[in-house]
Amino acid sequence: MRYVSEFRDGRTGRGLAELIRRRADPERKYHLMEFCGGHTHAVFRHGLPDLLPENVELVHGPGCPVCVLAISRLDQAIELATENDVILASYGDMLRVPGSRRRSLLKARSQGADIRIIQSTAEAVELARAHPEREVVLFAIGFETTTPPTALAIREAAALGLKNFSVLCNHVLTPSAIQSILDSPDVRELGRVRVDGFIGPSHVSTIIGSRPYEFFAEEYQKPVVISGFEPLDVLAGIAMLIDQLNEGRAEVENQFVRGVSRAGNVKAQKLVAETFELRPEFEWRGLGNVPYSGLRIKTEFAEYDAERRFRVTEKPVRENKACECPAIIRGVKKPTDCKIFGTVCTPRNPIGSCMVSSEGACAAYYRYRHRRAG
Amino acid sequence: MEKPDTHIGLAHGNGGRLMRQLINDVFARHLGNPHLDTSLDSAFVPFDGNGTLAITTDGFTVQPLEYPGGNIGSLAIHGTVNDLAVAGARPRYLSLNAFIEEGTELALLERLVEAMAEAARDSGVEIVTGDTKVVGRGECGGVFFATTGVGVREPGVELDSRSIRPGDRILVSGPVGDHGAAVMLARGEFGLTGDLASDSASVIPVARALMGIEGLRFMRDPTRGGLATVAHELTRLSGRGVRLLEEAIPVRDAVASVCEVLGFDPLYLACEGRVVAVVAAEAAEAALAAVSEAAPDARLIGTIEDEPGPVVMETGLGGERILDELEDDPLPRIC
Repeated sequence: MRYVSEFRDGRTGRGLAELIRRRADPERKYHLMEFCGGHTHAVFRHGLPDLLPENVELVHGPGCPVCVLAISRLDQAIELATENDVILASYGDMLRVPGSRRRSLLKARSQGADIRIIQSTAEAVELARAHPEREVVLFAIGFETTTPPTALAIREAAALGLKNFSVLCNHVLTPSAIQSILDSPDVRELGRVRVDGFIGPSHVSTIIGSRPYEFFAEEYQKPVVISGFEPLDVLAGIAMLIDQLNEGRAEVENQFVRGVSRAGNVKAQKLVAETFELRPEFEWRGLGNVPYSGLRIKTEFAEYDAERRFRVTEKPVRENKACECPAIIRGVKKPTDCKIFGTVCTPRNPIGSCMVSSEGACAAYYRYRHRRAG
Repeated sequence: MEKPDTHIGLAHGNGGRLMRQLINDVFARHLGNPHLDTSLDSAFVPFDGNGTLAITTDGFTVQPLEYPGGNIGSLAIHGTVNDLAVAGARPRYLSLNAFIEEGTELALLERLVEAMAEAARDSGVEIVTGDTKVVGRGECGGVFFATTGVGVREPGVELDSRSIRPGDRILVSGPVGDHGAAVMLARGEFGLTGDLASDSASVIPVARALMGIEGLRFMRDPTRGGLATVAHELTRLSGRGVRLLEEAIPVRDAVASVCEVLGFDPLYLACEGRVVAVVAAEAAEAALAAVSEAAPDARLIGTIEDEPGPVVMETGLGGERILDELEDDPLPRIC
């Protein structure tokens, strides 16, 4: 598989691991947060923790799009699908996430709701075109990577003059989440989470570029290395972070030069800015209400906004008390710290969202757990 | 003159003239052999009484009915023949149940049964009895088949999972995940196209070659749930852990690519023409040599561990991860 196997080469990987072992100062600890769930997945899938010295620890961040979606927002989607008789178009790994009262899109579907799994937003537009008699709602979630395709879908629906297509918009912003973590009492006051530096997301950064992270490097004195999703990318990113920390630098560096530039994808940014606007605040699972962290559809495209089109209500929800997802999303706890991990809560029967997506920390731990950790 | 039917109607299943015509014109025409008498409900077949009879049965509901590398007709033969072959038996006779949906195109049925006949010839088996039912529209996915197979296990052949020992090696006869990936692409759900083909084939030549090896402990064909599921079965049967080497497991580039895009793991995708075998360590190279003609892409991919434990995968980078048991049908991930 070209452009993939090169970045999984065993010999190079073992060489990089050796380099990390040599450069990591045995007198200190390195707490590196991989923000993105794609990295969490890669780390476990390729068994990277086995290759790292004990004093280099990876802290799993909140960048799993499925995990951070507030339960109340998922409840809205379930309600739309069950009460409003719409065709709900959703990404696959959203289906098993438990909402309030253990309901999920998968259960709603088995009870007759019309929920379709899509791989791209274009399929949702196509559904609307093919079923003019039905309302089609795209359940849009995710960070900056999935936002431009949602904007495109809205534009396409407008161009086609579709009257039965709308979007339940839950798009969120990476920089706001990083800031929320850095400002959180866990990090600032209590020291419950130590983050010395960030492995920056790769796909998100192809869109937003490396510039938005410069603020964190300067203001919070935390180095950021944007890394690709392949195991050699992650190892190289870790080596670069260790070098920065050893040298007392806090800069934004880009390991993923084959995909990320400083300015990012300007065309996509423009499309997003023209279609969406900032919400004053948005609820995240685990992080709570985060100011200016979510997007909503601009008034200009109001007819494609499912929140305006349907009377979706926001009901208060109660988290399952035993579930540690919120603390795990903030990096305060590890999946194995949770009492119900692997016993009550499994991928088959997930209690929290972190156990659902392959990018969630709990699912990654469960599926790929190492014998020593498990 | 009566215009010939082009589609299956409910009357094709009513036991009358049309049904007799369908059985003779489609099934018997392709599958005919000296032991198949479509006027009888049972078949009488010669059996020399030497060895043990092995019987297996399997149902086939694959969608779509046709895909690159095969169709539900060839699959209905391979699935049952392979179950017998990995049990150490020589497949001989099959029975066939056909459930056909009203409205099915006769030309399609013809293609399915033609492929079935070819697969049966290749596998050296005869379909000696059968039954046909026509069900109403929407009651089955076009066509379902069920086959029951009888084979003979020669005296002295013993394949017993209890003979599996620590240090035994695990062999796979070729690239994994081809069938699962090909069928997934053929469904067209994900808007992906490619030239992937199912590996659907008889594994008799591989199984016979392995059975000549002293030190062969166990064979299985990794169908639903794929290689990972057989590895889990091995941990249960042997009471020991299984260690697999990621770099040694053959996976076609095209299969790996589809899995990357959709977030699937090829080790959980079905094969329909592969054998996973456990052989004594000292016989491993001989086993590989023995199958080199029937299965040139066979590889030694792992070992049985000393202690009880999970299925552990040694990654290409030298790390480890646990291969979990398949719990649910995988859902494609978001990005």
